[in-house]
Amino acid sequence: MLDVPAGQRTLRVALLGNPNCGKTALFNALTGSRQRAANYPGVTVERKEGVLSTPAGHRVSLLDLPGTYSLRARSPDEVIARDVVLGRIAGLPAPDLVVCVADATNMRLCLRLLLEAKRTGRPLLLALNMIDLARHRGIEIDLDRLSAELGVPVVASAAVRRGGTGELLAAIDRMVPGLVAATGEAAWSAPDAAALRATQREADRIIAASVMVPDRRDPLTRRLDSVLLHPVAGLLVLTVLLFLMFQAVFAWAQPLMDLIDGGFQALGALVGDAIPAEGALGLLRSFLQDGVIAGVGSVLVFLPQIAILFLFILLLEDLGYMARAAFLMDRIMGGAGLHGRAFIPLLSSFACAVPGIMATRVIDSRRDRLATILVAPLMTCSARIPVYTLIIGAFIPDRAVWGWVGLQGLVMFGLYAAGILSALGMSFVFKRLVWRGTPNEPFMLELPDYKLPRVRDVGIALWLRVKAFLRRAGTIIFAMMVVIWFLSSVPRPPEGATEPAIEYSFAHAIGTAVEPVLRPIGFNWQIGVALIPGMAAREVAVASLGTVYAIEGAEEDATQLGQALAGKWSLATALAFLAWYIFAPQCAATLAVIRRETGSRGWVLFTFGYMLALAYLAAFITFHTAVALGAG
Amino acid sequence: MTTVHPGTLGNAARGFRGRILGLQPLTIGGFPAEELERRLLELGFVEGEPVEILHQGLFGRDPIAVRVRTATIALRRQEAAAILVESTDA
Ligand SMILES: Nc1nc2c(ncn2[C@@H]2O[C@H](COP(=O)(O)OP(=O)(O)OP(=O)(O)O)[C@@H](O)[C@H]2O)c(=O)[nH]1
Ligand SMILES: [Mg+2]
Repeated sequence: MLDVPAGQRTLRVALLGNPNCGKTALFNALTGSRQRAANYPGVTVERKEGVLSTPAGHRVSLLDLPGTYSLRARSPDEVIARDVVLGRIAGLPAPDLVVCVADATNMRLCLRLLLEAKRTGRPLLLALNMIDLARHRGIEIDLDRLSAELGVPVVASAAVRRGGTGELLAAIDRMVPGLVAATGEAAWSAPDAAALRATQREADRIIAASVMVPDRRDPLTRRLDSVLLHPVAGLLVLTVLLFLMFQAVFAWAQPLMDLIDGGFQALGALVGDAIPAEGALGLLRSFLQDGVIAGVGSVLVFLPQIAILFLFILLLEDLGYMARAAFLMDRIMGGAGLHGRAFIPLLSSFACAVPGIMATRVIDSRRDRLATILVAPLMTCSARIPVYTLIIGAFIPDRAVWGWVGLQGLVMFGLYAAGILSALGMSFVFKRLVWRGTPNEPFMLELPDYKLPRVRDVGIALWLRVKAFLRRAGTIIFAMMVVIWFLSSVPRPPEGATEPAIEYSFAHAIGTAVEPVLRPIGFNWQIGVALIPGMAAREVAVASLGTVYAIEGAEEDATQLGQALAGKWSLATALAFLAWYIFAPQCAATLAVIRRETGSRGWVLFTFGYMLALAYLAAFITFHTAVALGAG
Repeated sequence: MTTVHPGTLGNAARGFRGRILGLQPLTIGGFPAEELERRLLELGFVEGEPVEILHQGLFGRDPIAVRVRTATIALRRQEAAAILVESTDA
């Protein structure tokens, strides 16, 4: 490999830079749709890799790295950025070229990083990104001088402008002949305070010599922050934003959900017409209708809600608001023993605990990170939405409480609030009681200037998440549905059976076996059947209930599950079921990611155990309180 | 010997404008002082830099958002106490 001239093999280029300097935007602009997300070997840090061809025809494999201020790397995310640059990752040789990406409007911290990276001896190229904003703000940069002072080629780029990456590509082409493949690990040692100070001074000197910055903050950011970071108004806006987010998830998604629901119903009817109900084909018909279509359909129907939630989070992130939210929440989170930075992972956990737990990698302290990981599954993830929506729709009357605030929305808000409060409560227990006296990790975070999110970048990120959900629906959920259908349909009832078919099935046997344990919390055997696969993926519980009741009711349409439940469950059971799902021991995927992130099976068992205990307790209290109030 | 006792950024009010005189990190709550100093340096808190407190939180006026040159950094007053400053307002 080493004897192949640089021009003839695929060049490996990595994007290194501070958080928010536009690495991902640049990556998207350069690779477009030719990118994929995978994992680094051995760790779950997402590795975004894409390919591109330069104007001169060189093939480049581009790597998007997590943002960092230093190669010293304190958080797992930053460790990856460093290890990639240094070539320390097994099976992943050091990049042929490291493109340092700097925000041209705010480059001093990145130039220090570049000076530090220079000591690794890897070939560097500096891309002054966001040059459009810098010009607009009257920042004058002498690129030649900067390049001469730094001793590396410098180009300007504007990731979000058409043609904004032309100079960068041309510069890569110019550098190709001189690039030699890395051999082994690059030498590097962590700088001490004196070295950091010296490199920052040097960076500042270079900037003073080659850049003219008008002494003025971004006017838009200044105006917005005077409200959004106002001690009182800021918190109010944040609360309203969160409330709006949930209202949107439920109000906007409805038409789309009805559409998907209608589609699956039509599909089910089509299959029903095509295949006779009698004989051997009856089993196939039941499998397709009750197992595949009703099961997968009842999960896919929530795609719009999940997409809207992710969309909100991505928009707030790209806008630059998430760092503000962490700022506003720091003290409140701190009261529970959590780090301000934990706010973003916890907010992401509203969509799904898996990316949420992976997002804890920005937290440097091990204890803070562990506490966040342990409570992240308590945040109401989107997989609980199907469960909540189903039960609320069936049992909570749809009436206005006050103005446009409906009772159903209010109950939903209450469930989310319960999740948040229990997460804060548990972290308080962990941090303040269990791990008392561990060092207090500092909270330090850059607040980037606000930027209008770009449709393309948000679109790509959203698509990656939607794809992951669809893959889940197509694999885990589908497989679980097949199992549930099988257990609910086999063995078939004997000739002349009088009871519903399901009473003769394995599912009934399993459900009745666990029923004694569940009876104190008001659950029937059908719920018992649904809970078991619900541990593989929460939303499967709904699909399982759908299948169980569809088979039980024989002719009943599985999509009418809500009505079926309203007739069969007491209000107390429904409420206990909701309470159970606030804490429900999380899905297999979450447990797997906790295993990988904590590197220990013990924490997995611990999380599973404490959540199971909380779920049982909450359901127990809810059920008995409701019964006492006459809802039994 | 008279030493003018400089203030720290941790005690400064919102709207404070000044210059960094030095870093004097103490080991707070078990967090090593040397590591705190390095983190502050990595975020650009270097001697001589002008600083301004732009915003502060509701509870205990904490955390604070500090302008250092072209960047705005959020940090807690506890850590900002390691940054010695002098006021540059007349
Ligand atoms: N005007 C302008 N905006 C840009 C440019 N590059 C990026 N942005 C915007 O800057 C914001 C942050 O960009 P990202 O690409 O997410 O930054 P990043 O470096 O990947 O950030 P981390 O992954 O958090 O380290 C987004 O809102 C982008 O749309 C640019 O060249 N010009
Ligand atoms: Mg990025």
